Amino acid sequence: MSETALLTAKGLCVRLAGRVVLTDVSLALSAGHLVALVGPNGAGKTTLLRSLAGLIPCDGEIEIGGQALSSLPLRERAKRFGYLPQGHIVHWPLPARDIVALGRYPHGATDPARLSPKDAEAVLRAMQAVDVMEFSDRRVTELSGGERSRVALARALAVEAPVILADEPTASLDPRHQIDVMQNLRATADKSVLVIVVTHDLGLAARFADHVLVLREGRLVSQGTPAEALSEQVMADVFRISAYRAEYQREAVIVPWADI
Amino acid sequence: MSVEAVTLTNADAARRRIGATLALSAFVVLLMLISLGIGPVRLSPLAVAEALFGGGSEVSQVIVREIRLPRTLLALAIGAILGLSGAALQGLLRNPLASPELFGAPQSAAFGAVLVIALGLADVRSYALPVAAIIAAFGSVFGLLSIAGRNAGLLILILSGLAISSFAGAATALVMNLATNPFLVLEIAFWLLGSLEDRSFQHVMLAFPFIVAGGAMLLSQRNAFRALSLGEETAQSLGVDVGRLRLFVISGVALGVGGAVAVTGTIGFIGLVAPHLMRPAIGHDPGRLLIPSALAGSALLLAADIAVRIIPSTSDIKVGVLTSIIGVPFFLYLIMRERRALGGGVA
Repeated sequence: MSETALLTAKGLCVRLAGRVVLTDVSLALSAGHLVALVGPNGAGKTTLLRSLAGLIPCDGEIEIGGQALSSLPLRERAKRFGYLPQGHIVHWPLPARDIVALGRYPHGATDPARLSPKDAEAVLRAMQAVDVMEFSDRRVTELSGGERSRVALARALAVEAPVILADEPTASLDPRHQIDVMQNLRATADKSVLVIVVTHDLGLAARFADHVLVLREGRLVSQGTPAEALSEQVMADVFRISAYRAEYQREAVIVPWADI
Repeated sequence: MSVEAVTLTNADAARRRIGATLALSAFVVLLMLISLGIGPVRLSPLAVAEALFGGGSEVSQVIVREIRLPRTLLALAIGAILGLSGAALQGLLRNPLASPELFGAPQSAAFGAVLVIALGLADVRSYALPVAAIIAAFGSVFGLLSIAGRNAGLLILILSGLAISSFAGAATALVMNLATNPFLVLEIAFWLLGSLEDRSFQHVMLAFPFIVAGGAMLLSQRNAFRALSLGEETAQSLGVDVGRLRLFVISGVALGVGGAVAVTGTIGFIGLVAPHLMRPAIGHDPGRLLIPSALAGSALLLAADIAVRIIPSTSDIKVGVLTSIIGVPFFLYLIMRERRALGGGVA
């Protein structure tokens, strides 16, 4: 990644409840890339995502677009990150459209019933991008898991932020919907957004990501293109597995194969 | 679909919401007129309206404006703040079984007030009473949310609420137990039942500032409740200061409930019931539910206060007793409806 970095972190350290979760993580990521963040359970992936979004306190420096994250007020931070947490939780049976419209909250559109034309267009764009217009008026609690994940993604896209942070957006989805979500994120990255995706699916990471970050016990131990970052050595050391490796349509193919 | 089409479908829902809110407002006004007309001298709603605006006989003017208006205004305001508090707590905790009385707020406020009375620190018409009630209510809601922690489920909230309200009840009983003056004990006991009888404009002045302040604090957060539908973490990522929101809700509920309890004693279950009555018409958006829930709370308390004056009985039924008699079965019904969430360990 030679272009000017959009999001950089230097010497990131996070302690949660007295336990060190992240140690000295430094990275520089550019717009237009789909970055996969992988690592075994408990490696600190979600914590890294949260600290990059400024949702938890951390030591070290984070800069977004050349500005220190810590110097930005809450509202300004919110405009810079579309954050998609695990599970796509919605606590009340609200119509899908209102959920997507909450993506405009950081821009001052706090009431989905009163969107400015600009905000309404952003909501519409996000809904069209992931094809959820047809259940605009349906309650999200009545949608299937796949449909709900698309609504959640549309909500994160509606922020129209330079960075999208998605925490296991493909978890508990069938293969068709996993591909669907990743294709949507890929398309978003292609519109010069920086997309960071936490995933356990190394196959999807290799297939869709430009850049892979490998975390192990709170440290960034490997990064690069999928083939580089997920080398045989890394697979053995970090994940303790071997993998079938190949190339198909000029994308890396990595299929976890056996434990070692 | 075009932008217009999207906005159109929205306008329908908005019209329904506004219609329901206006209809409910009209109903509240009607209940106020009925409430003002009931008493030893029965007056028709029309005669009441006339007397209110300076018409009719001088006697009916005195009856309506000086004797009955405080009671009706208190029912209006206290019902509203209880409904609003219930809706705000349900929004904050994203939980349809949240409400001030289930969290022990009125019971704690009553303890605060009883303590002040029993210690002889102030008479029943001093500002010390609402202040003590507010401090105790704040302590109970703050304590409950601290014990339950962030993202607490239904079971933890209800169990902690049960513990806190039992504790407040026991503490109140202890104060009465230790009180030496039997007349004082009787007075406290009656007042604990919750009643709007014989309230004057002094009482209105005692409660109103706190109710208005609490209500304003809760209403100021209405948009944050909406973002909170997506969970605390996502709300924070959208720019909501969740810590401040919690503090606002706790303070708003404490001010409102404390102010209310200080003049009427404990009146339960309006906060639990009001938001549920409004969801079918308004939808589940926790921000939009606030004002309709306040109106529903007013309507419920006004209706209950009319009922206790109409129901024939040898001695007066206290309005707080009536709301609990109606509210507890409703609570049981809600538990039955939510039992899957309760039993499934989702909590």
